[in-house]
Amino acid sequence: MPTSEHLLLLLVVLPFIGSVVAACMPSNARNREAWLAGLVALIGLLVVVYLYQPGGGEVLHYRREWMPLQGVSFSLRMDGLAWVFALLVLGIGLLVVVYARYYMSPEDPVPRFFSFLLAFMGSMLGVVLSGNLIQLVVFWELTSITSFLLIGYWHHRIDARRGARMAFTVTAAGGLCLLAGVLILGHIAGSYELDVVLSVGQAVQAHEWYVPALVLIALGALTKSAQFPFHFWLPHAMAAPTPVSSYLHSATMVKAGVFLLMRLWPTLSGTPEWTWIVGGAGVCTLLIGAFTAIFQHDLKGLLAYSTISHLGLITLLLGIGTPLAMVAAIFHTMNHATFKASLFMAAGIIDHETGTRDMRVLRGLHGALPITATLAIVASGAMAGVPLLNGFLSKEMFFAETLLVGGAESWWLSWAAVAMGVFSVAYSLRFISVFFGTLPDDLPRVPHEPPRWMRFPVECLVLLCLVVGVAPGVSVGPVLENAVVSVLGERTPDYNLAMWHGFNLPLMMSLAALVGGVLFYLLLRRYYGLAARERVPVLHRFSGAQAYETTMLRLSAGAAWLVKWLGTRRLQPQLLLLMLALLVVPALLVQPLPRPRFDPAVLAGADPLFALMWVIGCGCALAAAWQAKYHRLAALILVGGTGIVTSMTFLWLSAPDLALTQLMVETVTTVLILLGLRWLPPRIVPRELNIRIPHSVWLRRSRDFTVAVAGGLAMAVLSYVVLMRPQPPSIGDFFLLRALSEGGGTNAVNVLLVDFRGFDTMGEITVLTIVALTVYALLRRFRPAPESVALPAQQESKIDPASTQTPAEQAEHGYLLVPGVYVRALLPFMALAAAYFFMRGHNLPGGGFVAGLIFAVGVIAQYMLAGTTWVESRLHLRPQRWMAWGLVVACLTGLGAWLLGYPFLTSHTAHLNLPLVGEVHVPSAFMFDLGVFMVVVGSTMLILVALAHQSIRSHRLPAGSPAETRAAARQEAA
Amino acid sequence: MEIVIAVAIGVLFGSGLWLVLRPRTFQLITGLLLMSYAVNLFIFIMGRLWVDAPPLTLGDGPPDPSAYADPLPQALVLTAIVIGFATTALYLVVMIGSRGLTGTDHVDGEEGDE
Repeated sequence: MPTSEHLLLLLVVLPFIGSVVAACMPSNARNREAWLAGLVALIGLLVVVYLYQPGGGEVLHYRREWMPLQGVSFSLRMDGLAWVFALLVLGIGLLVVVYARYYMSPEDPVPRFFSFLLAFMGSMLGVVLSGNLIQLVVFWELTSITSFLLIGYWHHRIDARRGARMAFTVTAAGGLCLLAGVLILGHIAGSYELDVVLSVGQAVQAHEWYVPALVLIALGALTKSAQFPFHFWLPHAMAAPTPVSSYLHSATMVKAGVFLLMRLWPTLSGTPEWTWIVGGAGVCTLLIGAFTAIFQHDLKGLLAYSTISHLGLITLLLGIGTPLAMVAAIFHTMNHATFKASLFMAAGIIDHETGTRDMRVLRGLHGALPITATLAIVASGAMAGVPLLNGFLSKEMFFAETLLVGGAESWWLSWAAVAMGVFSVAYSLRFISVFFGTLPDDLPRVPHEPPRWMRFPVECLVLLCLVVGVAPGVSVGPVLENAVVSVLGERTPDYNLAMWHGFNLPLMMSLAALVGGVLFYLLLRRYYGLAARERVPVLHRFSGAQAYETTMLRLSAGAAWLVKWLGTRRLQPQLLLLMLALLVVPALLVQPLPRPRFDPAVLAGADPLFALMWVIGCGCALAAAWQAKYHRLAALILVGGTGIVTSMTFLWLSAPDLALTQLMVETVTTVLILLGLRWLPPRIVPRELNIRIPHSVWLRRSRDFTVAVAGGLAMAVLSYVVLMRPQPPSIGDFFLLRALSEGGGTNAVNVLLVDFRGFDTMGEITVLTIVALTVYALLRRFRPAPESVALPAQQESKIDPASTQTPAEQAEHGYLLVPGVYVRALLPFMALAAAYFFMRGHNLPGGGFVAGLIFAVGVIAQYMLAGTTWVESRLHLRPQRWMAWGLVVACLTGLGAWLLGYPFLTSHTAHLNLPLVGEVHVPSAFMFDLGVFMVVVGSTMLILVALAHQSIRSHRLPAGSPAETRAAARQEAA
Repeated sequence: MEIVIAVAIGVLFGSGLWLVLRPRTFQLITGLLLMSYAVNLFIFIMGRLWVDAPPLTLGDGPPDPSAYADPLPQALVLTAIVIGFATTALYLVVMIGSRGLTGTDHVDGEEGDE
């Protein structure tokens, strides 16, 4: 069938699409949501039915490469087992959707509910249909997440939040174990493809890593299926809306664990380790779950523990490991899903109609809800294992299997099985006890039969219980056969699905359990006071939930302790550690330290001028380090000096582009910091105050000094050692060779930036834009310290006649008149210089970065001279637009290559013949560089202007009406 | 030449390191500036020292790579200079903003136990 593989894909994808659509619907569209979800489930169901392969055999595949080098592909695979599970997921999903339509109240935000539900459906289908183990884990974790979201659906309730968190922590932690286990398994098998993994069982079991893989995978499966000792999360998950409990926490998601064990059964099972881990967990869960269920007072709590116990039963069957046990396990999975989902729905109806789920209050509901009561009683019968119902059949198969374990002398497993049977009959009786007796009149609501369609799903499921129970061979025989064959292959045993096998030991066990259960229940009621008991006898001491909470508390306490002792919120120790690590870690990594080899220097002998230059540069740096605390302006100027020397060094050492850029950045940075200096607190030299520096401060300073000297020395030695060695072959040659031929420019550095590494530059200008916008945004909220708000002392001096003038007045007709004219005249020349450096950038030193900075410096000079108000009333710069257009131009240039069928940012050189100018090479990188230019101009301007504006704002801030106050002050001064 | 550059890098880095460990925000920004010079120079010298050999392949015919300085470190440093400017701007704004909010220019936003 050519389309079957696409149908397979549709199965997984459709629910996710539905989920997105549902999320977009209005919150009061309860009917539309339900129709959508129902339709998705129905289509899925029809597809699954269509894909049914009579007689098993053929396995459907859908496969696309995902990460081929890692051996991970997106692969779907449907065999008999996956088919059964897909049918369960979609069939029960459809019924749950119908049920949920009536269960959810109009106040609940249903889009969220159906969206999550559909997402879960898709994830669960992904788990059962995965043909690749990694992909399976991904979907597995998705089911954990959707389950978390659904349990916490009523997030205003604390129990919902707590339950959701607990379920997620346990199952997701299990999922991580599973991932680790699957990675080991894939490593052993040589592939993550399920087909391969399933065919190498012998090799896997002989491998030394088999046990770790098994333990990790089992951890994943046991946490998911709520097996002992991880079973505690499931009762807490009952805080979810009942449709969710019915769907996720009884019929499907909790079955993912046993599904995984079935799936990997051919590969992993058959060893003593498997039996002990899986079977052991199964036995414990089965008994604990069944026993605890009897003592619950909450209807859903009882069902939750019963679910735990039934899952334990399935796990135990898988642990037993005989082929017949596998048959029973798959059969019981199907049966349990039908009767338990219907019981949950019935519990939901009771809750919905009476307003309570407390079995101590509920009595005599048979009169008020006759049909629901009948359905629930039949389903409970199936749960208890009453003949003529499906639960009886699979449970009898289970009894038969337990008899085989341990041979003729060891009967303990059989006893455990009978005990579990007794308990399950007892809790089933406890469940149906709510229907008998007289109806109390103090119920929160007066119960009625629910709407017709709310009961419909229960009816369907109960009917299935009956049909399967009476005629198993006809109803589920072929399907079960398919599933069993897909797991067991040639080892498929002969079995007989029938209600009546004659009088044999398993039947005796069933009858004993039934009779024992009834007696046990009656005894408990009469002599133990079942309804009055608050705690589960004996087992309440072993509270998994308590252990979980304690562990979580200890974890966070431990983390807090670690943070307290190892962490600090203070910056200096962090930086000190960082710097020490910078010194120590490389030395530790490179062991043994290579002996430095000194070849003759390439540029032997220092040019005295160069040396002198650096004497100044180093002097500036040292002086800046010394003075930065008390003389900020001086330190800033000194740092600028070092910057100039650095720039000159670049020029000297054949890097003209760097020299230009460094010079311009130096200028802009200095202006920037000058603008910031005003907002820092004045710092007085303490000598005048005669403050003695304490001993500890000297100690700290000497420590930092030592670190600084060591760091400097290390860098110097490292630099020298590197310089003394010949340069290894560099990819720089590649760029030099191809700069002209492929990049269309002779300036290799510029071609590198705008062409070879254009994508990098693209990212860089984006970062620049983001920084500029961040600076702008941060400054909009800027509040200066109160003492910085007033005019600085220097500007308030009354001796200076200029102090009464605004900057604009100073430049217009004050003492800055002449420089003002100069600087204004400078702007067009700066623009010309920028254009010049921009145009030649591709072939000679220059380019968008440099040109942008030059132009920005030209504009800043105007600001510095005449002040913000004057410049902005004459020059309408819109830095944001410069940046936006710059990015647009750069992106469009890159995208242009796509139109011509090349990868993003591929450069193309056009040869134009212009009149007067002659032939001009216009590489597309030129346009890209234009974008760079615009972004650099825009962001530099935005940063500086935003900072400069603070000065105007702050004068306005303190006084109520700024203009008048200032005018008054000025008059007074005059 | 090599020894001069090496010593220069060491001095710049050491001065920067000292300042970075100081408690005042302005000292920190000065330290970062000095360190960035040192680090830029350090990256730059990975292409070794060349005099009068800028990576401009102006001559005719296929260029001889061994006659030019390595353009790769230069391009990287150019990027680093521009990004360094952006970082400085951001740090400066945080610096004055923190001073306005906390009333101190200590790096931790509160006076240490000096």
